[in-house]
Formats: sequence, structure tokens, C-alpha cells
Amino acid sequence: MSTLSDPPKESFRLSMLINDTRYRSLTFQVIAAIVLALCIWYLGNNLIQNLRAAGLNISYNFLGDPAGYDINQRLVDYDSQSSHARAALVGVLNTLLVAFLACVTATVFGVIAGVLRLSKNWLVSKLMMIYVEIFRNIPVLIWIIIIFTIMTAVLPGPRAFRGDNATSSMLFDAFAFTNRGIYTPGPYFENGIFANAALNWLLVLVVLVASFFGARKINAWATAKQEATGVRPNTRAMILGVWLIPFVLLMLIMGLAWEFPELKGFNFSGGLKIGGPLIALWFALSIYTGAFIAENVRAGIQAISKGQTEAAAALGLRQGRIMNLVVLPQALRVIIPPLISQYLNITKNSSLAIAVGYADITATLGGITLNQTGRAIECVLLLMLFYLTASLLISMAMNVYNSSVKLKER
Amino acid sequence: MSDQTTNSVAYVAETMLPELPPPARETGVIKWLRQNLFSNIPNSILTLVSLWAIYVLLSSTLPWILNGVWTTSSLNECREVLDNKLGACFSVLTERWHQLLYGFKYPTDAYWRPNFALVLLLVAAAPVLFFDLPRKMLAFTAVYPFIAFWLIWGGTILTPILAFVGFAAAAVIFQTYGKKSFAIGFFGAIAAALVVWIVGGALVPESASDNALLSAVPSRDLGGFMLNLMLGVTCVSLSLPLGIALALGRQSDMPLIKWICVVFIEFVRGVPLITLLFVASVMLSYFFPPESTVDLFLRVVIMITMFSSAYIAEVIRGGLAALPKGQYEAADSLGLDYPQAMRLIILPQALKISIPGIVNVAVGLFKDTTLVSVISMFDLVGMIRGPILASTEWNGVYWELLGFAAVLFFVVCYGISQYSQWLERRLATDHR
Repeated sequence: MSTLSDPPKESFRLSMLINDTRYRSLTFQVIAAIVLALCIWYLGNNLIQNLRAAGLNISYNFLGDPAGYDINQRLVDYDSQSSHARAALVGVLNTLLVAFLACVTATVFGVIAGVLRLSKNWLVSKLMMIYVEIFRNIPVLIWIIIIFTIMTAVLPGPRAFRGDNATSSMLFDAFAFTNRGIYTPGPYFENGIFANAALNWLLVLVVLVASFFGARKINAWATAKQEATGVRPNTRAMILGVWLIPFVLLMLIMGLAWEFPELKGFNFSGGLKIGGPLIALWFALSIYTGAFIAENVRAGIQAISKGQTEAAAALGLRQGRIMNLVVLPQALRVIIPPLISQYLNITKNSSLAIAVGYADITATLGGITLNQTGRAIECVLLLMLFYLTASLLISMAMNVYNSSVKLKER
Repeated sequence: MSDQTTNSVAYVAETMLPELPPPARETGVIKWLRQNLFSNIPNSILTLVSLWAIYVLLSSTLPWILNGVWTTSSLNECREVLDNKLGACFSVLTERWHQLLYGFKYPTDAYWRPNFALVLLLVAAAPVLFFDLPRKMLAFTAVYPFIAFWLIWGGTILTPILAFVGFAAAAVIFQTYGKKSFAIGFFGAIAAALVVWIVGGALVPESASDNALLSAVPSRDLGGFMLNLMLGVTCVSLSLPLGIALALGRQSDMPLIKWICVVFIEFVRGVPLITLLFVASVMLSYFFPPESTVDLFLRVVIMITMFSSAYIAEVIRGGLAALPKGQYEAADSLGLDYPQAMRLIILPQALKISIPGIVNVAVGLFKDTTLVSVISMFDLVGMIRGPILASTEWNGVYWELLGFAAVLFFVVCYGISQYSQWLERRLATDHR
């Protein structure tokens, strides 16, 4: 009589920690946790010892102290008596300013170059290829320095515009290209609604945003009507009106006027001054990143198979409609994600401002403030925090977009 | 009957007419021009605009280049020679040639050492880049880092030998025990290397470098384009294995490991390289033991390697994600364990897909090595902006110097990207 007995209950052996898949991952994670904790303890311990030896501590109080240095290019009020925190704010705004400007122009350059690269014109497509290859393969720092050198060493000083036999003259009596920067006419309001100029501009922005939503509303109404009756009402005049009428009215009420730059003494005054460093950084980032965007645009357009164009043509669509209704919506889905990561790159590369003395966040907080206060750890951490926040915000926008255009598959 | 027919149809030709040449506008150059440059009015306008742009560019730069002066020793002298004519002062390149390439402090009599190291680099890189070459050459590649270190930094030969012995011991341990259990082999190898280095480090006397065969050169004396090349090559080759490890870690099932990798990658990718270089120059030394002196070069290498490994990890993760799930399942069903599956099935395919991306990262990284000039290291750009443009002889020679730097970087980066395209075609095993 044979009886079946249960196999002997497996007892836990130490070797199972590494050989048994049930426990192995746990073992590895425990080891990793211990190693990580050891590293943090080691580095932290070193940090504490070093700081004690140098007589330092981690404190952010220095942000309230007066900065004591001047910043030429600024979007908000600032003088040398303002605090370090204020200087950092000026830097943040400058970073955002140059990043925004460069994103816009880089997109323009990139789209033009990317489309022309696919042109049937042999010469133009080869020229665009040369542009892309040259700008992609040379460091952006060198481009920034080259354009900054053009700004400072080639353009004439304000002195050249003076006197009866001036060697340089202003373009249309409105634009002056000097080695200190470019002077253009600046808009201002003669009888603004608010006393503060910034608030007036904010009002303009609010009106424009309202117009944008108004135009969207009209489009939605037209689409609803089209779906109900089959006839789309002509909305062109209405949309133009929604954009223009409030804007023009506001301009008339507030009395928009232009202040022209004038040569007074040894320098220009009045109007809007765009400093040389800003232009160098803006332009260099635009043409450098434009070359990368051109490649993205080209790849995006080429990714749409020829059958799509042919199918649209077979349906009887006109050339422009094929582009608008068939090719572009599909190409954009390919182009936009790398485009946004290029915007991210622009934002990060704008930190090269420090090489030409443009007062962005790296140059103020990470440069002068750091050197004056000696608060290396605090400054660098704040700097990283800013860029990290900006990057995360941009990639969050990218994820939202990606999920909204994702192909809805079964 | 047939006779009648032939006679009645009198207009049928009896002989073949000779072929006429195609119309002149449909052949050769003219056809090509018509089709490619002047097919319609907008196209013709574009062509004319491009021709004008090319003319403007060439007419301003060509005389400047062709009229260049190569043999003067200062800007004033050069201007005298040029005598108000348009022309470049390329003599700054010939006169400061060594400074541009090696920096201004590297010992003059030792220039042959980095040159030799560069030649050896080509030999060592060849079997990695072109895998038709005999595999035995890889043995030299394995030894190369130690030879290059000894050539460039000089000092006692014991240091690189010791480092090499450590790695060799690790490799032996891994070969012996890694077959049975990957984990034991891996941790055993690390332990063996550490033991060799600690014991060996105690044995090498402090004064070994004093009268060594090659005089010792401190890291702060490195400079010029040599520094860019060294940073680029070192950081890319170090960040490849690190990037693979990070990518695998990010895909891991173990939550702790996964989160460590995710946080590291996203953090590094979220900040600009400049801030990491600031960390290297002003902050990193706080994290080392108080008595240690880790020089700036090493600190910069650590930070740039971290930076590029995060980007490479993302590229490789893309490659891993592109593999069909069946490959993982097939490896499992063959009974391979994780390291075997990765080494034999997954990584060879994933790395192949990621090659263009990895090369892009490498080119970008090489271009980014110019940023070290911001933390006052004298690489090529640092040399140009610092000692050369600030000198009394060459104050004001911008275009020749910046153009030289641009050409140098263009040649290297364009070469690498052409190589990557060749490699892509070479590795394309699918028939499309």
C-alpha cells in the first residue's frame, strides 16, 4: 500500500535570496537601497564637514540683501539697490524673453528651410542642405560668439551717426544699428487707462486673448450650422472684425504713439533699445535651432506617404486643400513632439547668455550673485530648480498635446 | 492581291526614317536646367535669388580668404603687408597653432605625446567602428585608455598599470563566476578591482612620478582642441555603459531601481549643461572628502558623463521600446535568464536601432564640450577668447580664429554623422 505524501515543505535557504526569482528582486532592491543610503550619507557627511571647515552654512537669507550691481537689459524695475531676489527675477524674465523670441524665429526659419529643402528646385534644396549641415555641426557657443562679434566689432558706434558728414545713417530715420544694440521706435500710450504702462499692455493682451476666444466661438458656431444645414456661413469678415475692431478701438482710446530714437550727445535715447547680447543670443539660437527644426519638418512631411496625397487628389481636392486637410494634420503629429523638445533645448541653451553678458538667470543668479555672495550651493540649486520647473512644464504641455492628437485606434 | 495592296497604299514608307535628335530644350544640360531650376516663374525667382545670395557670399569671402597672409607675427605687421587691401590674417593660426591645439601651458617638448595618443586612438577606435576588421584588434582597444592616460598625463607608469590590473582582475573574476550566477560574478568583479586598487595604491610610492620616463603634466595644463577631443572621447565612452545600465534600470520591474533611474534621468535632462558645469566648478568639491583634491578636469568629466549618459539612456530606452514584445517572450521561453536574454537577444537589436540617436548625442556632446570655456577652462574656444584675443599682438583678429574653430568642429561632427549614416546602411539587415 503506497500512500502519496505531500512533498516536504521547502524550507527557506539563504541561497534562495539570489537564486530564486521570488526573492531575487527584493534582494537587489535592498542592496540598492543600502548603497544609495550609504552614498547619500557619505556625500552628506563630506558636505557637512567641508562646510564646517569653510565656516559656511546653507541659508537663503542673502536673497534679501541688496545686489549692488546694475543690469542693462531688464523688463521690470531694477537698480543696484534692489535685492538679489529681484536680480534673479530680472534674470528669469530675461531668460523667458529670449527663449520665447528664439522659439518663434527658430520655428519660422526651420519651417521655411525644411519646406525649401524638399523643393524641386535643385539649387534651393542644395543651399538649404548646406545651411542645415553647417549650422547643425558647429557648436552654438561659437555661433553666439560670432554674431556677438558682428554686433560689437562690425556695426558702427553711435558716434558714426553724428555730425554733417556722418558715416552711418539711420534706416528710414527710425532704426539705428549700432554696436551698443539696435534702436527701434517704441510704442507708448498717450492717455492710457492705467497710470502704469505695464498694466496698459496687460489690457492689450487681455483684449487679444478675448478676440482669440471670440474667433474660436464663431468657428464653432459655423461648424454647428454646417452640420445642421450643410452650408457653412462665410465667417471671414466676422473673424476679421472680432480681431480688429476691439484692438483698434483700444488703441484709439489709449492713444497709441511711437517714440523714435534720437541721437543725443554720444548715444541714442528714446525708442526701444534691443541690446547687442540679446540680439546675438536670440539670432544665434534661432538659426542654430532652426537647422534642427528644418530636419524635423522635412522628416515630418516625408513621413506622409505619397498615397495620401494621391488619394486626396483622386477625391478631387485642390492643391491647397490637400495640404491643409490631408498632409499637414498628419505631418504635424510627427513634427510637433520633436519641435517641442527643440523649444526645450532653446530654453536650456539660452543659459549660454553668460558667454556674451546677457543678464539671464544664469548670468545674474549663477554668475554675479554667486561670485559676490559666495553662496555656491544655494545659487546653483535655485538655478537648477528654475530650469527643472521650466523643462517639466514644457514636457507636460507636450504630453497633453501628444495625447490629444494620438491616433484613436480600435 | 498583295501586289495590288502595296501599290494602292502609296504613302506607306518603305524604309525606317532615321531617328531625329530630341529637341535641344529636352536634352542634356538645358533640360536639366529647365526642369530643376526654371520650371515655373516662382521657381525661377527662387533660383535667381539663390544665385544672388551665393554671389554676395562668395564675392565678400573669397578675396578675403585668397588674399590671406600666413607668415606675419602680429596683427600690425599683417595689416602692413595687406596695405589696406581686403585680406585675412591667417598668420594668427600659424603663429598660435600650438596654443590652439594644446593650450598654452602644455610642455612644448611633449607635444608628440598627445599626437601619438591621437594616432593610437584611431587604431583603437577602428575595430569598434568598422567591425570587418579582425576582432583581435579589440585587445588593443581594451589597453588603449591606460596607454593614452600615461601618454597625456605622463608620470609614473605604475598608475595606469595598476588601473589596468584592477580591471583585468575584475574581468577574470567575472569570466569565472559570471557564468554560474551573474550577480556573484558582478559583485565579485567590483570587489576584486577595489582590492587591487587599494592594495596597489598603498604600494606605489609617493615619489614615483618624480623622475618618470614621461614628465608628469597636471590636468590644468591641458587645453586647446586637445581638451575638447579628450572630454568628448572620454565622456562618450564612459557614458555608453552607464546609459545602457540606466535604460535597463528604467525598464526594470523593481520599483526602487526604476525610480532611482527615472529621477536621475529626468533631473539631468531638465537642467542645462552649464548648471552642471557650475556644479563641477564650484559645488562638487564640497562633496568629496575634505583632504582629497579632485582636479577640475575629473570633476568636469564626472558631470559631463552624467549629462550624456542620461541622454543616451533615453535613446536606448527608445530602442528597447521599439523591439516587439515577442523578442522578450522568445528569450524567456528559451530559458535564458535576464542577463543572458539582454546580452544575446535584446541589447544587440535595441542598440542597432539606437545607433543614429547615440551618434546624435555624441555629436551634440562633442559640440557642448566648448561650454567648459565658461568655467574658465582653456579649450579651443576658451583659448581664442582668452589668451589669444587678449594678447597685444592679435587683439582684434576675430574671423580667422572663430572661422578656424568652426571649420575644425564642422569637419569632426560632419565626419561622425556621415559615419553613422554609413553604419545605418551597413546594419540594415531587413529587406525593404
